[in-house]
Amino acid sequence: MLRLEGITQVFGGIRALEDVSFTVNGGSITGVIGPNGAGKTTLFNVISGLYTLTSGNVYLDDRTITGFPPEKLAPLGVVRTFQNIELFGQMTVLENVMVGLHTKSTSGIIACAFKLPGHLREERIIRERARHWLDFTGIGELAGTVAGSLPFGKGRLLEIARALALEPRIILMDEPAAGLNSRETADLAGLIGRIREAGITVVLVEHDMELVMDICDDILVLNLGRKLAEGTPREIQENPAVIAAYLGEG
Amino acid sequence: MKREIVKFLILALLVLVVPLLLKGGYLMNVLVFVGINTMLAVALNLLLGFAGQISLGHAAFFGIGAYCSGILTATFGLNPWHAMAVAACAGTVLAFVVGFPILKLKGHYLAMATLGLGIIVYIVFNEAVNLTGGPSGLSGIPNLSVGKTVFDSDTKNYYLIWGFTLATILLSLNLAHSRIGRALRAIHDSEVAARVMGVNARLLKVRIFALSAFISAVAGSLYAHTMTFLSPASFGFNFSVELVTMVVIGGLGSIYGSLFGAVLLTLLPEMLRTFQDYDIVVYGLILILMTMFMPGGLVRGIPAMIGAVSARRGNGGNEHA
Repeated sequence: MLRLEGITQVFGGIRALEDVSFTVNGGSITGVIGPNGAGKTTLFNVISGLYTLTSGNVYLDDRTITGFPPEKLAPLGVVRTFQNIELFGQMTVLENVMVGLHTKSTSGIIACAFKLPGHLREERIIRERARHWLDFTGIGELAGTVAGSLPFGKGRLLEIARALALEPRIILMDEPAAGLNSRETADLAGLIGRIREAGITVVLVEHDMELVMDICDDILVLNLGRKLAEGTPREIQENPAVIAAYLGEG
Repeated sequence: MKREIVKFLILALLVLVVPLLLKGGYLMNVLVFVGINTMLAVALNLLLGFAGQISLGHAAFFGIGAYCSGILTATFGLNPWHAMAVAACAGTVLAFVVGFPILKLKGHYLAMATLGLGIIVYIVFNEAVNLTGGPSGLSGIPNLSVGKTVFDSDTKNYYLIWGFTLATILLSLNLAHSRIGRALRAIHDSEVAARVMGVNARLLKVRIFALSAFISAVAGSLYAHTMTFLSPASFGFNFSVELVTMVVIGGLGSIYGSLFGAVLLTLLPEMLRTFQDYDIVVYGLILILMTMFMPGGLVRGIPAMIGAVSARRGNGGNEHA
């Protein structure tokens, strides 16, 4: 479904990613792992259009999405979350998710300013859908809270709810378990499972090996900007190159 | 939503009733300017308070509206309403043209660029003597009229301008509570996340800049036809700063806050006549104190202060016991 072909990203003299090719299967949960500085977040930034890549191609199905900016990827169903959650801090939890429905609505400045009938209908639908996704992620009761005052774990769930509101085909999660306690992590694993059941493909960068091995179908291992290995969790756990990279690191 | 409608109706009623209480006089003239300044403050707030993009040159769009209307009617004899339409278009088009390159900039750089725009336009008003009359001003601008009614008195102008002001407030409130308003505030809080959500941040910023310029230019045109005389001094850097002060004092991102700020900063100089040319110093001081002690503006700061005081009373002053 998502295909990377020879992705290379150079910053000045540093080769952050070099010739990485990989395919994410539709409906799967794919983990991207690797030691610090392996290029995992860079890979996400490249796919989600935050960086202009040096060379290579990104395909969604058979269509190239190379170099598409994030606002162009969103309507195609590619969305992401951030390692240091990026919430709309001054807006309520519900409003945050309503922004996630931006591409599902079309009213322009004039329709909104004059409250044209189509706009009012649209607004009602947006509100209903946003509530649905808050309930889906289990933070429905926080709808009226200002997002900036949420505890970290809830903020993470809100970011996921907001991304899901786009009804994406694929969601990229950058370290979704970072900063969560073990109970929150277990809940997160359950949530990711339910996201997949909803027909959304999940790709996640994660340091929590237990979580990755538990929930992922496929794993891509990066090391120093290159692809080190790919395969099922079992294959990865037994791969000598992977073991060496991780043990060698510390 | 109901409460929003009630609030607006109360305001509209107040606007209708005030002249009856004042029975004409000098204050009516001041209230005309309160109306114009409210339009400008609300327009700037859409950009500054919602989208989080600074403009230190908004007086330029006000001035372009005013001079376009003034020149087209006084010099070329166009119908004032037609002139207003042209003036509004001119402001909007300029904002679009300038907005694309400069709204790429962030923070201080955007402040500098808009400041530059304001200064350039101000210089044009001063130097294009053939068109604008230069520093000695442009006179002979006709009043607006509908049918046989000519808006030539303070009371008539009051109703005309507050009609526009109320419309600006209502439409801005609607916009604020819509997907566009949310997208703007999203850009303010995290532009990257807004983009990931599919908000075309760059284009939306330019469009809101243009809308802001449109409203400002209409306000300028109203100003020209009310005053019937224009001079560049009304559209300089000082006035741009005054507008920012109104928005900040009232509360960034609050439409009623801008109304509040405009009322306060228009009436204040009337009360502070003794300060004369030092009014800019007073504005600066207010701006500093506000950002230090009431960053949310008066509309949020005062209720918060009352809340804090009553909470302390309620706890009998031993909340840390």
